Amino acid sequence: MKKSTNALLNAPYAVWAAIFVVVPLFIVLIYAFTDGEGNFSFANILALKDYWYNFLLSLLYSLIATVITLLIAYPFAYALSKTAEKTQRIQMMLVMLPMWMNLLIRTYSWMNILDKNGVINQILTAMHLPTGEFLGTPGAVIFGMVYNYLPYMILPIYTVMAKMDPALIEAARDLGCNGFNVWRRLVLPLSMPGVISGITMVFVPSVSTFYISQKLGNGKIMLIGDTIERQMQMLNNYNLGAALSLVLMILILVSMFIMNRFADKNGEGGMIV
Amino acid sequence: MDGINSSNVVELRNITVQFENDVILDNLSLSIRDKEFVTLLGPSGCGKTTTLRLIAGFLEPNSGEILFDGVDVKNVPAHKRPVNTIFQRYALFPNYNVYDNIAFGLKVAKVPKDDIARRVDEMLELVNLKGFEKRPVQKLSGGQQQRVAIARAAINNPKVLLLDEPLAALDLKLRKDMQSELKAMQRRLGITFVFVTHDQEEALSMSDTIVVMDNGKIQQIGSPTDIYNEPKNAFVADFIGESNIIDGVMLKDRLVRFHNRTLECVDSGFAPNEPVDVVIRPEDVDIVHPDKGLVCGTVTSVTFKGVHYEIIIDVDGFKWMVQTTDESKVNDYVGLSIEPDAIHIMKRSEYSGTMGDYSYFSDEMEEISNPDFGSEETEDEKVD
Repeated sequence: MKKSTNALLNAPYAVWAAIFVVVPLFIVLIYAFTDGEGNFSFANILALKDYWYNFLLSLLYSLIATVITLLIAYPFAYALSKTAEKTQRIQMMLVMLPMWMNLLIRTYSWMNILDKNGVINQILTAMHLPTGEFLGTPGAVIFGMVYNYLPYMILPIYTVMAKMDPALIEAARDLGCNGFNVWRRLVLPLSMPGVISGITMVFVPSVSTFYISQKLGNGKIMLIGDTIERQMQMLNNYNLGAALSLVLMILILVSMFIMNRFADKNGEGGMIV
Repeated sequence: MDGINSSNVVELRNITVQFENDVILDNLSLSIRDKEFVTLLGPSGCGKTTTLRLIAGFLEPNSGEILFDGVDVKNVPAHKRPVNTIFQRYALFPNYNVYDNIAFGLKVAKVPKDDIARRVDEMLELVNLKGFEKRPVQKLSGGQQQRVAIARAAINNPKVLLLDEPLAALDLKLRKDMQSELKAMQRRLGITFVFVTHDQEEALSMSDTIVVMDNGKIQQIGSPTDIYNEPKNAFVADFIGESNIIDGVMLKDRLVRFHNRTLECVDSGFAPNEPVDVVIRPEDVDIVHPDKGLVCGTVTSVTFKGVHYEIIIDVDGFKWMVQTTDESKVNDYVGLSIEPDAIHIMKRSEYSGTMGDYSYFSDEMEEISNPDFGSEETEDEKVD
């Protein structure tokens, strides 16, 4: 009885997943292994080697962005979880607020700020300081990733921190831990599930982004997302685009797998895979 | 160090803890002797947990001094104090197994690995948890978690072990067993235990010394028998066991008047005609024929308690509680017989007239219906 109820509740999503997740995956797979006429072909797979640089660049940029987000988010979430409940609510609201605005609008705003004639350079000019070229630099792209995905890192880390029983921290102090030892022996291992979730939620969209790199990179920085978009939108080469997407997916899957290995060592499972 | 204080392992001097206008501890002074089993006993909100947290170093007093072996520990943080705590809900580390939880303190202290293994082994033996080393702590029962918490604290050879209502979450049977086990453990370890509870029976059966607290003040310090037989005021008499507390007047030494009767008693040292509180324990009252009773009244309720009956008797509007093995019937008119040595006379206090009459529910019963009354936990959080 209970089993059948569960199956019934599960059915809508199962159907959804079949139509919008499983079937598209197969379509990507079919495209990747066929040529323009629909004949089976390894040509796309062989062509992948020309794009190793874009893959590497994407990995590098998203890794740097993830590390920076983690370095900002972790201390912030830790400190925030120690403040009064009211402060916590207001601060979390401020963290989430930019997410209520569309990613495209936010990125356009940053284009305006970083532009040669943008807000920053106008201010620098007004202060009689030398202006700089920001748009189109690696820094701008990484900054864009950090800015856009920071809330996704803060949220899961903050959640585990806020849930942590304060008595545990007192117990650790009671057993001889100074501030650093409390963090290393207790807070860090207990916050790992949040860190893993945060890394996943920042790394995955960063590694596959095309919009941030296109706008803030000013077209000069071609990440793998941009390469795929170019194949699909401009060159109409759906087959190569699919092959590139496939490799990206495998790349993400492998990264997640490695992350979870790391998480399991700490005794707590991460998310996904 | 002067001779008087040399055996005091912990001393609190004129401690006041205040949160905004809430006084949690009011000029409290307390000495705890070495190897003593001290219980801080009181209702929720009395400041007993706050006192424990002060000793542990989780909380700084607004004023007053805390001394360990005669030395002020104001600037000694919690992790450097020679005390360990057993927390109310154990606070075991969920990311470590039984072994690593118990070994935690020694690992932090960088004790050699072999030593740690040997001492954890001894501790597991002491708390009867051999074979549980690799178990995750979440997979243990409440009683087993309790034992891990004891082992985790005791392995560090603290001078003082602080226990914050450690038995509150256990079933009645297990709680009784743990009471005797903890008492035996304290003797074996030969260290000072400071035990916090609101359970008077627990306090009576385990302690060398009981510190009865209410409203941030110590009401009485004494051995269990002292506290029970010679309560200092109406609060102590009411909180420890059951008491009939009647308004009376001490006519002269060994002669007291209450319920319009003049009775002999064994107490002296009061001013002539001093108003007093008269305490008579329910088990010290006998129900007799009205002709033989010192006072007489009507039975209003009879409750069977297993070992005895609990009988409420209305005497001129004051309701007495009597515990006796003889059954009575509701509406019986009976006499009460009281031996002179069963009458205990106390000085009047702020608590006079507020307790000891069984017409009403207890304070605790009224507090839980009062939305403004906060639990002790929330008060502690405020202090943080």
